[in-house]
Amino acid sequence: MKLWESVRMALGALGANKVRSSLTMLGIIIGVTAVISLISIGRGAQGAISSEIEGLGSNLIYITPGSTSQGGVRTASGSALTLTMTDAVALEDPLNAPSLSGVAPEVSRSGQAVAQGNNTNARIIGVTADYERVRNLDVAGGEFITPEHVEAGAAVVVLGSQSATDLFGDADPLGQTVYVNRVAFQVVGVLESKGGSSFTSPDEGFYVPITTAQSRLPGSQFYRGSRTVSSIAVQVKDPSLVDQAQEEIRQTLRRLHRLTEEDDFSLQSQQDFLSAISQVTTIMTLFLAAIAAISLLVGGIGIMNIMLVSITERTREIGIRKAVGARERDILFQFLVEAMFLSLVGGVVGILLGAGIAGIISGIDLGGSRLQSSVELDVAALAVAFSAGVGLFFGVYPAWRAARLNPIDALRSE
Amino acid sequence: MIELTNISKTYRMGQVEVRALRDVSLHIGPSEMVAVMGPSGSGKSTLMNLLGFLDQPTTGTYTLNGTDVSRLKGDRLAQIRNREVGFVFQGFNLLPRQTALQNVELPLIYGGTDRRRERALQALEAVGLADRAHHRPNELSGGQQQRVAIARSLVNDPSIILADEPTGNLDSRSGEEVMAIFQRLNREQGITLAIVTHDPDIAAHTKRVIRLRDGRIESDEPVPSPVQADEVLAGMPVPEVWA
Repeated sequence: MKLWESVRMALGALGANKVRSSLTMLGIIIGVTAVISLISIGRGAQGAISSEIEGLGSNLIYITPGSTSQGGVRTASGSALTLTMTDAVALEDPLNAPSLSGVAPEVSRSGQAVAQGNNTNARIIGVTADYERVRNLDVAGGEFITPEHVEAGAAVVVLGSQSATDLFGDADPLGQTVYVNRVAFQVVGVLESKGGSSFTSPDEGFYVPITTAQSRLPGSQFYRGSRTVSSIAVQVKDPSLVDQAQEEIRQTLRRLHRLTEEDDFSLQSQQDFLSAISQVTTIMTLFLAAIAAISLLVGGIGIMNIMLVSITERTREIGIRKAVGARERDILFQFLVEAMFLSLVGGVVGILLGAGIAGIISGIDLGGSRLQSSVELDVAALAVAFSAGVGLFFGVYPAWRAARLNPIDALRSE
Repeated sequence: MIELTNISKTYRMGQVEVRALRDVSLHIGPSEMVAVMGPSGSGKSTLMNLLGFLDQPTTGTYTLNGTDVSRLKGDRLAQIRNREVGFVFQGFNLLPRQTALQNVELPLIYGGTDRRRERALQALEAVGLADRAHHRPNELSGGQQQRVAIARSLVNDPSIILADEPTGNLDSRSGEEVMAIFQRLNREQGITLAIVTHDPDIAAHTKRVIRLRDGRIESDEPVPSPVQADEVLAGMPVPEVWA
């Protein structure tokens, strides 16, 4: 008997019980839909988070102050101000750290910014000219902080796009004056919007020369005779050099800080963030997919159940077929095709539904960023293979039972 | 053609051994038309199942067209059923969702035969139902359903057609029509028939009557002058519903 004969017979039998067939399929449809949509959304989330982090600058290592031990008293990590301008200058020297292509120390302060009667809570960041390149910022109008501004300690500010809108609305802020803690700053540039909803979004920053932040805004300290900085971001020449660069930074800073014991700073690379976050999202995605796969399994058991009922109902039909010459494999095949058809069609419908749900989710605006969830081919193939596998696994036993029926008993059944 | 030699069949039903057939030997030649009679439990059904390759004998040999087929199993039996045997049952046993034509085609599908539609139509024509080819069983009368079953049994040109109480569910006129078809197939196409029946009137239509009792052949006698179903039908009033 040919394959298409089996398919035709299976379709006929399934068509005769449309409600039952569709309900059986529904189990698989729900399972596959859940798997597909959850994996797609999970991947979308991962992609969104990764691109947000990458948007902050590429190949970055963040150096932040660590804890200090003085006379046996340890301070909390990050609370001490152990990083200074001297450190930043030393790292810029290729003799100390040849793997670095940019060093951007920053000083952060907060304060109240006022302009034209509007005021906003400002995150003020004192930066050098390299900051623009290292942190991957783009200027929409005007210019970024220049080396001359830093040299002169000029009272100039570059606004993040959101900060500019907050203070000036639609008006052009270039050349206007912003008062930060009663100090007048002239706006020399506005940044392009970077998007992203995180609290460190550059859109909400007020960038001033680092020297100005240190001399004109309160909170500045000295450490080992040099002005402290809040953190230093360094750019590595190539992603493959990140480990080497970390080692260079560590050695340079330990030498400068004359450390004999633990580091009084900590290093975190962009890749550390990325891999930590992608690990978390991958685990979450797999966890959700595993839960969804359980519903697929339940759907498979539904198929097996219905096939067993159907075989009991159709015992006489099986007897007739055997009497006119159906071999065991013909019967086996006929019922296996029915089970596979249910699970495969259920799988395909589930993929379409799952893609639809993923599409709807990616259309939702989540405060500026979207989950770019799309059903990728490998996921779809996996779902089809998995649902076919479910059909095969749960279809074999009923089909085998049908094939093994004794024709005499089968013909006698009512 | 069919040669049973010292056939025995023993079933186990729980603790009890049932000896359904005891040392039966039987020869059925080509173009014979045989009735198998006997009370319940005499072994008729067992004999039919063995003849139709639905079951295997415990001991003894079954030779079909010169080949020993008594030890064949599973799929080989299915193939022989497909090619050599046609079944006609008391309850018709048609597939309810398929048309008459599809039902007749069924043995051809499993036999892998080509020109299926054509051959199935020929078989339906032979039982006078070509015009009902696309009706489903529930759209046909009992007599018509049984004729579809006969068409199905002969579509593969089998060596023998086995009929188990073929008229048991039919009124006397339909039963007579079925017997008329059997007689015509036997007379005109030389098809071999074995009919299991309780009914002596049906047995009287055949050429030879084998009586079984307690698993043994009690008697095996020719019928001197078989009743001709066509003649009986001619004498019957035609019911208005079928006119």
